[in-house]
Amino acid sequence: MKHLIKPAALFSLISLSLPATASLAYVSNEKDNTISVIDTDAMSVVDTIPVGARPRGILLSHDGTRLFICASDDDTVQVMDLATRKIVDTLPSGEDPEQFALAPDDRHLYISNENDAIVTVVDVKTKQVLSQIDVGLEPEGMAVSPDGKWAVNTSETSSMLHWIDTDTFTIKKNIVVGQRPRHVEFSRDSKIAWASTEVGGTVHVIDVENLEQIRELTFDVPGVNPDRVQPVGIELTSDGRYAFIALGPSNHVAVVDAKTYEVLDYLLVGSRVWQLDLGKDEKYLYTTNGVSGDVSVIDVDRLKVIKSIKVGRYPWGVVVDPAS
Amino acid sequence: MPGHRLIRKLFFGALVVASTALHAEPLVVPMGYIQWVPDQGPVLSNVIPKPADSGLRGAELATADNNTTGRFLDQNYRMATSVADSEEGVLASFDRMIADGVHLFVFRVPAETLMALSKRAGPDVLMFNAGAREDGLRQRDCVPSLLHTIPSYAMLTDALGQWLNQRRWNEVFLISGPTAEDKEWATAFRRSARRFGLDIVEDKPWTFDADLRRSASRELPLFTQADDYDVVVVADVRGDFGEYVPFHTWLPRPVVGTQGMTPVAWHRVVESWGATQLQNRFRELAQRNMNSEDYAAWAAIRAIGTAVTETGSAEVKTLRPFLFSDQFQLAGFKGRKLTFRAWNGQLRQPIPLVHPRGLVDRAPFEGFLHPRSRMDTLGFDRPESECRING
Repeated sequence: MKHLIKPAALFSLISLSLPATASLAYVSNEKDNTISVIDTDAMSVVDTIPVGARPRGILLSHDGTRLFICASDDDTVQVMDLATRKIVDTLPSGEDPEQFALAPDDRHLYISNENDAIVTVVDVKTKQVLSQIDVGLEPEGMAVSPDGKWAVNTSETSSMLHWIDTDTFTIKKNIVVGQRPRHVEFSRDSKIAWASTEVGGTVHVIDVENLEQIRELTFDVPGVNPDRVQPVGIELTSDGRYAFIALGPSNHVAVVDAKTYEVLDYLLVGSRVWQLDLGKDEKYLYTTNGVSGDVSVIDVDRLKVIKSIKVGRYPWGVVVDPAS
Repeated sequence: MPGHRLIRKLFFGALVVASTALHAEPLVVPMGYIQWVPDQGPVLSNVIPKPADSGLRGAELATADNNTTGRFLDQNYRMATSVADSEEGVLASFDRMIADGVHLFVFRVPAETLMALSKRAGPDVLMFNAGAREDGLRQRDCVPSLLHTIPSYAMLTDALGQWLNQRRWNEVFLISGPTAEDKEWATAFRRSARRFGLDIVEDKPWTFDADLRRSASRELPLFTQADDYDVVVVADVRGDFGEYVPFHTWLPRPVVGTQGMTPVAWHRVVESWGATQLQNRFRELAQRNMNSEDYAAWAAIRAIGTAVTETGSAEVKTLRPFLFSDQFQLAGFKGRKLTFRAWNGQLRQPIPLVHPRGLVDRAPFEGFLHPRSRMDTLGFDRPESECRING
């Protein structure tokens, strides 16, 4: 019975574009210029949407109605309406936008402009550029603390975390970390920030109140050459239990105890795992695997990889719609 | 009155803060780049010449890169440059820069000139070789103050040897040119062939001096006659005849070596691991593509920048130990952290194998194992080198 109903439901989903009935994940395919839409119940791709050139960073508006897409080679940020899956708007982004972060107010979008060593702040409502902030070489990772106080940018070649005051759009502190910092993730309470460094092979845990590093994590994946352990994406469970860290070409995701900072396990996923996102209820974690061109699904309770889903070429970012 | 005093105190305090901020001297890091490329003589084939500012532009880009980082740390990198036309000119520029307080140098000069420079340099000078690929500099002529960011001939030919081995193209027809560089390259390749189980079925020197632009189709098929071989390897560093070997071989076989598919430090087709950003930055600066010499000079100055950032010092006595320590790692857009070999100061690095319009592969390859770093399967490993520049 179940088997009969599912394809039918899926079909109506595609034809009517009613994502509200299903739980959906969106994946940017860097070399295909598309977004893959995954039905996370069926764990399969239900739609592939053409977008701008070289889509990399993607994020959802906090109200869950729009998807923002860094179309890097088109030098723009595209806005997709999720109800119709159409590009409805573009935002001024500065040159070569790669990653970005949306402030909790759902208005201030912080964009890394990799070629120009600046961070551009755009008001997504008025489409005004509010500020352009000089940062280090090859700005990459971007995060805004959940309390909205800090925007943090990582500059890959300067190997720094730039702490930007969101009231004044000025840098308050620069923290030198390992080589090629890629990503920053805040804890839910905004007290702790996690930063990965791809070449350094480290994850730095920063106490946000004092802006001091309190821990530096390294990874030792059994049977994998240490050179291939290259941390990129970070995802934290909201209960403060786990940190998941994508370890790039080592093809593993590290599971870290977010309280003791102990590495608990390494989970084998697809090739060159890059970014990750937790699904609704945080039961499953989805990872983009750039080289194998698929998404791995990790069961968070069992800490087991249960499925891989073929998507487009060079999947880069993944976001799961928590509202869907 | 007490109010007044309070105000005055506050005012004074503010003044002190302001003046200390003003007087916080930035850390100035003077660096020198010196280049001399001897005239290579007339070249028979009409090859595309290497840009004269190769190396220099890479050094300029890296200095700008260092300063982008430095402005957040109050560090100011300054580079003096000199393009000399003789060894005397190189030595004179070196003396002048030393007198101006420069202690950190990057060179694109011949191996003999490097040796002359190292005799002059005191212990407070640190030099980077970004041009000379000679194996002797890594094997016998060991200079504690000299580091190498350009890969040696042995690293390049080992990359090629590994690739041939993993392709199972074991039977090699080797053609080597007459110059000292060609002989160095061919010697390095013969060593690589032994290391990686290749069989050199023919080893022929190129002695012709005909203008191959007109006669390649007649001369080369005859020259490359042999029972059988899997591949032709050419050692022609300056590009005198090698460009005319492909498509003219007696047997329909690929051509690799200094022409055809080539092992290099860098090439415009390298784009993974963020290399696209470096390529774009370079093109914007130099209006041309980045090559191996540019990359080696860039890597040297970025190594200095990385060490200064981490140590907060511009002193050779602090920087040199740091460059050889476990803490040092250079993010060199090659997918691995790059480090210096402690025994001979060579920068470990993956070697791309390229043809003029595409990337073929990248050494080291899976299956070539090493107890310390797989990158040490390329070039002279510690037991093979006489150098112990760190004791």
